[in-house]
Amino acid sequence: MNLISIEMRGPWTLFKKELLRFWRVSFQTVAAPVMTALLYLLVFSHVLEGRVQVHGVNYTSFLIPGLIMMSVLQNAFANSSSSLIQSKVMGNLVFVLLTPISYLEFFLAFLAAAIARGLVVGLGIYLVVILFIDLPIIHPLLVLAFTILGSALLGAFGIVAGMWADKFDQMAAFQNFIIMPLSFLSGVFYSIHSLPPFWQEVSHLNPFFYIIDGFRYGFFGVSDMSPAVSLSIVALSFFAIAWLALHMLKSGYKLRG
Amino acid sequence: MIPAIKIEQVQKHYGNLQALRGIDLAIEQGEFFALLGPNGAGKSTLINLLAGLIRPTSGRLSVMGFDVQTQYRQARHALGVVPQELVFDPFFNVREMLRFQAGYFGLGPENDAWVDEIIECLGLADKAHTNMRKLSGGMKRRALIAQALVHKPPVIVLDEPTAGVDVELRQMMWEFIKRLNREGHTIILTTHYLEEAETLCSRVAMMKQGQIIALDSTANLLKKIPGKNLRLKLSAALPETLRPLLRHEEGNEYMLALTEVAQVERVLSQIREANIVVEDMQLIEADLEDVFVDLVGQP
Repeated sequence: MNLISIEMRGPWTLFKKELLRFWRVSFQTVAAPVMTALLYLLVFSHVLEGRVQVHGVNYTSFLIPGLIMMSVLQNAFANSSSSLIQSKVMGNLVFVLLTPISYLEFFLAFLAAAIARGLVVGLGIYLVVILFIDLPIIHPLLVLAFTILGSALLGAFGIVAGMWADKFDQMAAFQNFIIMPLSFLSGVFYSIHSLPPFWQEVSHLNPFFYIIDGFRYGFFGVSDMSPAVSLSIVALSFFAIAWLALHMLKSGYKLRG
Repeated sequence: MIPAIKIEQVQKHYGNLQALRGIDLAIEQGEFFALLGPNGAGKSTLINLLAGLIRPTSGRLSVMGFDVQTQYRQARHALGVVPQELVFDPFFNVREMLRFQAGYFGLGPENDAWVDEIIECLGLADKAHTNMRKLSGGMKRRALIAQALVHKPPVIVLDEPTAGVDVELRQMMWEFIKRLNREGHTIILTTHYLEEAETLCSRVAMMKQGQIIALDSTANLLKKIPGKNLRLKLSAALPETLRPLLRHEEGNEYMLALTEVAQVERVLSQIREANIVVEDMQLIEADLEDVFVDLVGQP
């Protein structure tokens, strides 16, 4: 705490509170997604290993980075969105709104906690997987960069969704009709080159595709797109969503009437 | 001296609904001030505006001289708000929650002693490590008060703090709040319990339909109702000739408003002439509720 200047103590406390919030229920927020990813891996690798190779990489290895990133993205989104909707519905968001914490600090605290959750879940899956499977990381910095940018993008998106939604079922709709399709149709389970041309084009409109493709490049050094292009598109998507989230926070959308 | 609260020409509209229609109010430092009014009068809207939870359609509000919008950091440092709803964060225990709340205000471990003192004073010591979810309603209310005090705000606003609180807790709470007032904190409360406002507050604003309809010291407001109330229990209905004096009735019990004690004689003789028996009778001093009923039109 002493390392943090007095001015930064407010947002730092909010960040710590958000960290502790998911860590207190880590069975649900960390262990469960790790378990789900491992089940996907077990089933898909068992069925498809030996039959499919992508970019010269065997299928199980190809699948792992996709699964890790899918979990990272879903959990980063879940962290900020569920915290916001819960505290809105419970009414306890008022405790933060009454404090001198600015909208920008509020955004940064929620964003940092979402990134932290994404990193913890991603690392959890990685550490379990490498017990069984040999997985190279050719460009560790790229792996880290895509993890942070990807969870930042989804964390910011979760803030937007959390502010917009008034009820839990609206949030579930967001998760099931936007986040799930975007992550399943992003090339987690396949290379988009195996798709018909029309669906390849559609995949290029999905920011999740670039996150997963670039992340995978960090492991194997091969990908559908150039990692620089992917990184730029992911960064631009993040700035766009962050701008939207900040704009909503600044205007007090559904928070300060 | 800078007023603790200054509200200038504040209006708040929700579409066509005018929640506040031009409020002007200054509350001096050290006052114990009550905001009274029926549901929907605009009390909570006014408090939410002060707290920055909503924004005014027009007008300005300041806390200890700090504009709640342009100098919101200083204004919020100066203000502690006890919300009306029993809201809580289900993830944490009482002490954690209070330390987090202090942290949001930029306070660190140096403030822990004060947090412990509030916990002690509000009778929360044996619940300090209990999760907020597991607290009873009364304990949650105490925790809410504690939460509003963690940053030692000079101005404390309590929105209906005693709604649903038992008598014992209510008294303990008021003792603590009176102590804070003696120590120099400005206290503003909204309440439905008029007797609370009467015994605690030095000044009262009465609101109706988004406007302040009376603003005066409690003593002056009480003076506006000279006379007394006469409570009568009769064997039959009140004679029509006495109806103009009727304040309210319940079955065969009637409350009449008298401007002077001498009126009792006339009232009784009219009852006698109508061959009605007085079963019970009581002469009562007018209280704030009477002022309230007169001004607002309903208790």
